[in-house]
Amino acid sequence: MLKILKYSFFDLMRSRWSYVYFAFYLLLGVTLLFLNSDLSKAVITLMNVIIILIPLIGTIFGVMYYYNSKEFTELLLAQPLKRSSIFLGQYFGVAGSLSLSLILGLGIPFVFYGLLNSDAMGEFFLLMATGVSLTFIFTALAFNIALYNENRIKGFGMAILVWLFLAIIYDGIFLMTLTLFSDYPLDKLSLIGSVLNPIDLSRILILLKLDISALMGYTGAIFKQFFGTNWGLAVSTAMMALWVVIPIVGIVLKSKKKDF
Amino acid sequence: MSKAILFLAAMFMACMAYAQIIEVCPSCKTSTLDQAIGLAKRHDTIIINKGHYKEHNIIIDKPLTIIGKNSPLIDGDLKGEIITIVADSVTIDGLSLINVGNSYTKDYASIRIKNSKQFKISNITLEKLFFGIYIEKSNYGKIHNNTIKGQAVNEFNSGNGIHLWYSNYIDIEDNVVENVRDGIYLEFSNYCNIKNNISSNNLRYGLHFMFSNNDLYQHNLFKNNGAGVAIMFSKQIKMFDNTFKDNWGAASYGMLLKEIYDAEIIGNNFTENTIGINIEGSTRILYKNNNFIKNGWALKVRGACYANTFTNNNFLHNSFDVAYNSKINDNIFDRNFWSNYTGYDLNKDGIGDVPYRPVKLFTYIVNRTPESIVLLRSLFIDIIDFSEKVSPVFTPDNLLDNNPLTKQIKW
Repeated sequence: MLKILKYSFFDLMRSRWSYVYFAFYLLLGVTLLFLNSDLSKAVITLMNVIIILIPLIGTIFGVMYYYNSKEFTELLLAQPLKRSSIFLGQYFGVAGSLSLSLILGLGIPFVFYGLLNSDAMGEFFLLMATGVSLTFIFTALAFNIALYNENRIKGFGMAILVWLFLAIIYDGIFLMTLTLFSDYPLDKLSLIGSVLNPIDLSRILILLKLDISALMGYTGAIFKQFFGTNWGLAVSTAMMALWVVIPIVGIVLKSKKKDF
Repeated sequence: MSKAILFLAAMFMACMAYAQIIEVCPSCKTSTLDQAIGLAKRHDTIIINKGHYKEHNIIIDKPLTIIGKNSPLIDGDLKGEIITIVADSVTIDGLSLINVGNSYTKDYASIRIKNSKQFKISNITLEKLFFGIYIEKSNYGKIHNNTIKGQAVNEFNSGNGIHLWYSNYIDIEDNVVENVRDGIYLEFSNYCNIKNNISSNNLRYGLHFMFSNNDLYQHNLFKNNGAGVAIMFSKQIKMFDNTFKDNWGAASYGMLLKEIYDAEIIGNNFTENTIGINIEGSTRILYKNNNFIKNGWALKVRGACYANTFTNNNFLHNSFDVAYNSKINDNIFDRNFWSNYTGYDLNKDGIGDVPYRPVKLFTYIVNRTPESIVLLRSLFIDIIDFSEKVSPVFTPDNLLDNNPLTKQIKW
């Protein structure tokens, strides 16, 4: 598995797309900090970008990589190798290279602007951690989609649909439920609803870290109370981990059964 | 020249003859303030030297000047009130008062002023207090440069720092009030000037007006209180150049307005409060040249607010600029700067060509279902806000700033 991982990783590191992705984050970081050298404000702006873009790029790129390297995968399958290690190797290669582009692309400008001795350090670290988890989650989802769909067009369509659902439609349904049941106590429901979706969970974790919670009135206080404690942190970390593990298990299971 | 010196000397002698000085110190013949007051004649001066005096229920019933040297400590021993003033023209300066009695039936105060005129309380330090300076039915006084540090925990068993009741024409300046229930409290008190005070970490309000008219407060700092300033049932209050900061909490406001008329709110800074100003039943109020920076809600307008004018204010990076709970609008928003404004200015006159709608759909939703705040800054919310901006359905149709400024106002 490690060999395949290494191969995929270096293959991607050499590819144009990784450079484009890396350059995009570098440019974003530099421009943001150039316009406004307040690190914590830049973190807020980055949050909006990261929460929408990382899932999108993760899904599209994952699906694209799978389809493009299909012939090579078939060649590998002919070798005496475990199936799961082939696909997991590829998956970790893609997710790893995307994460590296993200960390380096944003890390370099921030370090240059004095991140290491500023109090925005914790916030930036959280931002990177959620960014990396989102990359792993959505790349895994993308591999699942690609494994289930031989048809490329269908695969891409599904990938975009999944992104659209988690990034936008889910919030719409969530909001509708909240307004429909507004006569009932909704503290628990709003907590559960936001923990279930990785994009919402990341958004709230970062918002709370940035102390906007205090500005969100009563409900914000409830959220702070939940996520501020170790228990809340454990729940949200577990939830993120679950979102990574379940699709990976899906990859393993499907790749075992799939007829190539 | 020599004539002038002679005249001054004569004046001085005359004064000396008239106003006697009585010294108090722990080892002197007069070792307590109470004794000294008994000995003193009208308009005498009592000088208290450094020391620890255990005294309570001191009653000042004649015009006196009491000056503390090197801040002598008067310890009330938790037995009741410390100083009660019932005469006109009393000056107290430079004392340190500690340990006022606590009671659920009586409002014990460190210094109480009753039915007096022309009093002056300055450079006093109050600690371990119930009520600090309690002024009832007294007019034309000055309270300045005092420090009041309480240790209030609950609202029901704590008192106010400076408490005015039926007292007019009082100047309250340069005081520091911390950790009490209400920092400064005015009830039925008109024509008072409250300037350059710092009121922080108080349980309830930094400054509280009830049924008080024609007052002015200026250049004060209200920080980290339950609510910065609460103004209720009052008319014609002027609020200039104050700072309201970090008033955070589930029901915390920078300023809370309820049933007030004809006030002027000019040049204030509201920074990082949960709600900048909470407005309820307020009419004919002018909001001008204020900065609203990084608040949760800059303005929360509840019912029955008519003919208010909001002009030349800066609204910078608030989560919500204006929350409104009805569809009817009778207030004017004009020529403000909104950091969320996305319009353009073709003729470069500094006024945006597209009106700005300060109330967003999300604000409306959060008003109805507070829990939906969870979705703050999500892409879905941005999308529905945008569609509402293009064609308003839920938010007041005519609530808009027709001349939004394109540059932040500096003054």
